[in-house]
Amino acid sequence: MQKVLDNFFNIEVMAKYLPNILDGFVLTVYLAVSVVATGIVLGLALAILRAFQIKPVNFLIVIFVDLFRALPPLVIMMIFYFAFPYVGLTMSGFVAAWSCLALVLAAFAEEIYWAGILSVHKGQWEAARSTGLTHLETLIHVVLPQALRLAIAPLTNRAIAISKGTALASVVAVQEILAHAATAQAFSANTSPLTMGAIAYLILFAPLVTASRWVEARYAWKR
Amino acid sequence: MPGTRGAVTPGPPILDVRGLRKSFGPLEVLKGIDLLVDPQELVFVIGPSGSGKSTLLRCCNRLEEPSSGHVWVDGVDILARATDINAVRRTIGMVFQSFNLYPHMTALGNVTLALRKVAGFARPEAETRGHVALERVDLAEKAAAYPNELSGGQQQRVAIARALALEPKIMLFDEPTSALDPELVGSVLAVMRNMRASGMTMVVVSHEMRFAREAADRVIFMDHGEIVEEGPPERIFGAPEEGRTRAFLASVFDR
Repeated sequence: MQKVLDNFFNIEVMAKYLPNILDGFVLTVYLAVSVVATGIVLGLALAILRAFQIKPVNFLIVIFVDLFRALPPLVIMMIFYFAFPYVGLTMSGFVAAWSCLALVLAAFAEEIYWAGILSVHKGQWEAARSTGLTHLETLIHVVLPQALRLAIAPLTNRAIAISKGTALASVVAVQEILAHAATAQAFSANTSPLTMGAIAYLILFAPLVTASRWVEARYAWKR
Repeated sequence: MPGTRGAVTPGPPILDVRGLRKSFGPLEVLKGIDLLVDPQELVFVIGPSGSGKSTLLRCCNRLEEPSSGHVWVDGVDILARATDINAVRRTIGMVFQSFNLYPHMTALGNVTLALRKVAGFARPEAETRGHVALERVDLAEKAAAYPNELSGGQQQRVAIARALALEPKIMLFDEPTSALDPELVGSVLAVMRNMRASGMTMVVVSHEMRFAREAADRVIFMDHGEIVEEGPPERIFGAPEEGRTRAFLASVFDR
């Protein structure tokens, strides 16, 4: 028992590295918020663009979406950070992590929005168009409000999943929670910093997971 | 064929369809339709399912793109490249079998959306007009209700109000009562009767033969993408000339 306490809950070690973990916590929040904000907006923009049914554009969107859904985010992140400099595109670890995760989220989000748009009955389009609304007006005022209602629960889950991917950023030298925890673990020869990291992630994501349950219930289809 | 008009009012027709053809792939569903509808006329289109009635209606506001032919609405060539179809659609009200109300908006929201976004009225003015339109379908007290809180008949009347609010030149009804329970049909027909009395031009695709007999100026029988026979209801129902018309009417009234 003492062994467990010394290795996982060593108060001395924890106190020493708490500021580092807090720094990592702030950066993780910053990265996660940037990723989610960019990803869901870009995903929506792509879905709206796709609704215009311009064949070459839709082809490109589908390629992008399938590519970024198929590749492991870590692979994309490492390509951005380690491979792109060789073709003259150098970016900070933060930018690599942010753009990678945002694009992956955008790809998944686009599919979620698109499924929502497709699920809206054709009659809704026809009714709106028959009153003179344009394609875009119909999309914005009639179709999207209904599509978003369906999209919000899967979107919340996906956003949480992608946000947890911020831990991958430790690989590209972003000093987020896991990076700080791993460094501290190495320096202190003690695993307590990892415990702190896990707790920090719990503090960050447990409320979100709980909130997603509420969102699911709130926007459940009741008709 | 364009010569057979209802002769309610002299002057240019509101709807003028000539040589209208529409194919879906290899299937030709409209095989050259000519149709003139005069102001204030109520034209009833009957025929077996698959005869092209709905497609004809949907070509009149370009929800379906005709394969060839011409459609003028109140003198505007709606198939011309230069025509702003969204502006024209404002003048053509359409009512659907499945109501198609926007489920996330109240009755008033449904009625005022196009008033605000297409007609460009500010919200207060749009709402005033929206209330007037709901009044006309006898649903003023349901302005704040959502579609799922309304009966089918009430939903269809809100859908009619949504079209009426834009003050269209002509109203197209695509089987407006087919999705309704029998006891709710009357309220919708009552609204249509009032619209007719107030001089609205209407083209109605429907199986409500009694209503056709009583309210229509002219009945058109369609089969296999063609107008087979047309005339005043008493003649079409009383003494149809074409065998196909007789066979269809017999099948409808024998039920």
